[in-house]
Amino acid sequence: MKALSQRRRHPLAAFALLLMALLVTGGLYAAASTANEAQAQTTTFTADDVEEGSKLFSANCASCHGMGATGSQAAPSLVGVGAASVDFQVGSGRMPMQMDGPQAQAKPVQFTEEQTRQMAAYVASLGAGPAIPSEEILDASEGDPSAGGELFRVNCAMCHNAAAAGGALTQGKFAPSLEGSSEKHIYEAMVTGPQNMPVFNDANIAPEDKQDIIAFLKTIEEQGSPGGADLGSLGPVSEGLFIWVAGLGVIIAFTVWLTSRSS
Amino acid sequence: MSSSTTTQTYVPKTRVGKVTDYVDSRVGGSGIVKEFGRKIFPDHWTFMFGEVALYTFVILLISGTFLTFFYDPSMAETHYEGSFLPLRGVEMSVAYASSLDISFDVRGGLFMRQIHHWAALLFVASVAVHMLRVFFTGAFRRPREFNWVVGCTLLILSLAAGFTGYSLPDDLLSGNGLRIIDGVMKAIPVVGTYLSFFLFGGEFPGTMIIGRLYVLHILLIPAVILLLIGIHLFMVVLHKHSQFPGPGRTNTNVVGYPVGPVYAAKAGGFFFIVFGVLAAIAAAFTINPIWNYGPYDPSPVSAGTQPDWYIGWVDGALRLMPGTLGDNFDFEFMIPFPWGVNALSLNVLIPALVPAMIVFTLMFAWPWIEAWVTKDKREHHLLDRPRNAPTRTAIGVAGVTFYCVLWAAASSDLIATHFLVSLNDVTYWLRFLVIFGPVLAFMVARRIALALQRKDREIALHGRETGRIVRLPHGEFIEVHEPVDDYKRYKLVAFESPEVMVPAPDADGKVGRLDKVHGRISRFFFEDRVAPVTPKELAASHGDHHGEIAGAKDRESIASH
Amino acid sequence: MADSSHGAPGTSVTVATPGSELDSFANPGLPPHRPRLADRDRRAEKRAERQVALLFIISVLGTLLFFVGYFFIPLDQTIERLRLQNLMLGLGTAFAMLGIGVGIVHWAKTLMPDHEVTENRHAIRPESDRQDAEKIVNDILEESGIKRRPLIRNTLLGAAILAPLPAIAIFRDLGPLPGNALKQTMWDTGVRLTRDPSGTPIRASDVTVGSAFHVIPEGLNEVEHKLEEKAKAVVLLMRLDPEELNPSPGRENWGYDGIVAYSKICTHVGCPVALYEQQTHHLLCPCHQSTFDLEQECKVIFGPAARPLPQLPIEVDDEGYLVASSDFQEPVGPSFWERG
Repeated sequence: MKALSQRRRHPLAAFALLLMALLVTGGLYAAASTANEAQAQTTTFTADDVEEGSKLFSANCASCHGMGATGSQAAPSLVGVGAASVDFQVGSGRMPMQMDGPQAQAKPVQFTEEQTRQMAAYVASLGAGPAIPSEEILDASEGDPSAGGELFRVNCAMCHNAAAAGGALTQGKFAPSLEGSSEKHIYEAMVTGPQNMPVFNDANIAPEDKQDIIAFLKTIEEQGSPGGADLGSLGPVSEGLFIWVAGLGVIIAFTVWLTSRSS
Repeated sequence: MSSSTTTQTYVPKTRVGKVTDYVDSRVGGSGIVKEFGRKIFPDHWTFMFGEVALYTFVILLISGTFLTFFYDPSMAETHYEGSFLPLRGVEMSVAYASSLDISFDVRGGLFMRQIHHWAALLFVASVAVHMLRVFFTGAFRRPREFNWVVGCTLLILSLAAGFTGYSLPDDLLSGNGLRIIDGVMKAIPVVGTYLSFFLFGGEFPGTMIIGRLYVLHILLIPAVILLLIGIHLFMVVLHKHSQFPGPGRTNTNVVGYPVGPVYAAKAGGFFFIVFGVLAAIAAAFTINPIWNYGPYDPSPVSAGTQPDWYIGWVDGALRLMPGTLGDNFDFEFMIPFPWGVNALSLNVLIPALVPAMIVFTLMFAWPWIEAWVTKDKREHHLLDRPRNAPTRTAIGVAGVTFYCVLWAAASSDLIATHFLVSLNDVTYWLRFLVIFGPVLAFMVARRIALALQRKDREIALHGRETGRIVRLPHGEFIEVHEPVDDYKRYKLVAFESPEVMVPAPDADGKVGRLDKVHGRISRFFFEDRVAPVTPKELAASHGDHHGEIAGAKDRESIASH
Repeated sequence: MADSSHGAPGTSVTVATPGSELDSFANPGLPPHRPRLADRDRRAEKRAERQVALLFIISVLGTLLFFVGYFFIPLDQTIERLRLQNLMLGLGTAFAMLGIGVGIVHWAKTLMPDHEVTENRHAIRPESDRQDAEKIVNDILEESGIKRRPLIRNTLLGAAILAPLPAIAIFRDLGPLPGNALKQTMWDTGVRLTRDPSGTPIRASDVTVGSAFHVIPEGLNEVEHKLEEKAKAVVLLMRLDPEELNPSPGRENWGYDGIVAYSKICTHVGCPVALYEQQTHHLLCPCHQSTFDLEQECKVIFGPAARPLPQLPIEVDDEGYLVASSDFQEPVGPSFWERG
């Protein structure tokens, strides 16, 4: 906080304030989802959970995924996708899907953490699949960010961008930015391969390696760019646009002032 | 001989005078002061872009020199042990490690890297804008054709300087850029593979390329740029600066401010302004975050891999070219020769070479192309307002459109993700636009230029629309037009409007083939034209209205609108 | 004429009065000079003077800010501290420079004379100079005798043409000749497929449907020219439902139970084609968007590439690890003339 108060005295205070507001919002969100996650891990699924989940599923998901989650023409079977898949898709707001499109997009979350857990319990009861990761493995402070960075660049950066800012896929699909994604969702995405993302099972990237990747992502997200505003971390395109619009714009304003007659 | 007599007779009185005299009598500074001290430079904001280019180049030299003291262009393997946690222990080249050290462990190093890179982007941008200004105002016409060619060469050199510098940090982004260069080079028929092996010192990526690019970047290219800047500025002095037509300005004079003190103060002050603006940008905005990209390795790649903006259009062309048509046709031809089969990759060669060749050939040759069309061999020191050369302006706009479509294509993936459209659709649209966009832009720009000329004509003839509506005694409403004064009017009428040249038959009464072609092109250029208002026309229109309120004829023309 | 002067766009029109070239406006000369505020008002002049001085003082403060950032913000390996220092150095420099620049320009605009001055242009080449120069050149040519002695001239020309050739030839050793280098990779019969970057071998059972492995040949991390070999040998390993693969005759056993391995180097200009869409089974290159369809042996279905990605034939060894059956059957990566 000391550093923050130092920054407040700077000429870019308004800018910094905006950044700070964004960081605080992000932080609150992160805190909230960590708390929820702890809840989700306290118990294993009970028969009641499965029962409640089954009801929720019939009411909210079965129209597409079919009764018994065996799938239909509109949506795939969920037998064997595991609790992690449900927790990711519903917990990140991707499911229930609002409309047909190239891919399910993240939206405001529709269900409470409890309801999500119950649906996960139900789907997990239909067949074995990836489970919701334990808290220990999600602890970013235990991971090695530089080892995670190497794995991230080889396995993830080609779709999600080296700074995790996201990227395009074919026919309107895209790999989302990972900024603000919770540790749990990052982990679940790797083990379940949502949408068109490939599955990175534990034989491919071991759980400790996944923890390293999460550590890397959280490190670069927390520390930000040393050079100032990162212009979306989109690389030379945003830099080029910036110099043409802002850089040249300011220079032109100066040239007009410089060559105009004083009143 | 006369100078020696002067030094013998002249005795300076003040201390400054003594020092000046000491220097002057040894180097002959008087002549320089006499030539430049009160030299006149015209003032217009569009004349400043060349200065921006020059100043950014100076800033590049200053910041670049700082960077060379800490940068090590070696591709030897090392393990990073610096301050940036997410890369600690990672295997990388010494070049990349030293770039990271400049960013994280040399005080002010990050600032210098950022101002250097931002200045590089602004350098190429200002060279480009400067050339557009010269083109659209016709400043390349006789006697300035050679200086235009020097400028074109400077543009190409600035691209080369930018690209060689982009690769030096040896990060993942620039490494993939080099990989693309390698791929393009290998597609060149017959010698391509050899060129690639010679450039990289063997197989890609090898251990030589960074060191070689470094020498080009810090020695050869800047030296040639400096030499050409010298020639460029020498010719500017020789020709004296061109100026826009206006009251008091003619083809045989220069109107403006003397170098000392006004112009020198403005131009000198402007250097500090450009420096200050770049410093502010480098303070608050990240550029080329090499720490995000990681060291170069041929296996990984980042989404959104693009070159810096000025190479973007070639990358965009590579993206737009289809490699295959339908199911059974592809652009890679296997050509059987007596000694075996050779591969010709037109899917790479066409986009990598053809657009650049078209643009640069037209650019270099344009002064002579236009002179051939207009048959105008006179010296031009008065500029055209872009609207007063509608066809040239339209051709320029078409060229800019062509360039911009290719440029946009280099960010097709970001267009797709940011506007939530399909990447494939973006490509299809841009393929359409790269062909038809320039044609549409040509037609629209020419129409706009002609319309603006008509508007100028209206103003010169009938004055400015004041927006005041007056009701006449018999009930009619008219808008009051305020006549413009002589100075303003002269600005609107001081231009030439060339006419179509009909091919003339020779002594035998025949029209040569080339003459016919020339006639057709001349028709294409000048068929649609708006001539400047003549005093006679003005007198005719003036005869109709007195005082502030427009007369009967004006009312007719208003009614007919 | 009145109609055409307002002519509708689209039609070819000439807006002109015949003979207009002969009849044009006379140049009215420079407009009268309009004095500035500072020229008329002594107080305004003083104010401008103070403003210029203030701008120079701002520059001094900027320089001080730079030094504060440089000496009093010690770097402690945190990004936050570095960002702060960069901001202070940058803003310090910006104020230092802008203060001077804006100050000088303001000074020039408000306090220095603003009368526009006219200077005449001179002929770039006066005719007398041309005649003198022509005479000098002729004298030089005459005195050198180069026109009268063709033997000297022709031998000099020949020598001058040949003399630069060594300067070109001496660059021959910039690199070795390509030879067969582009046609072979590290892959060979029995070479294990290992994970990138760790180099650990992969069992067939590790590769579940929908997963993608980034693969390097075993032992790559130990070879001398690691990056050069890696630039050719990297492979993407994927598992599909065997039903969805449609191998052409002769390539049926290049995969193993739905597991297939394809070169990761784009056949366009060599970027890593690493984007695998596990539902559509498309591979996308992030550099130029070439798209390859796994179900059609990586045929190009979109973008600038012209050739399918080469497939690496694989099988399983006695211990259950994936190994290559052979090297690639064609050169990997971008096309080159000798590819044939």
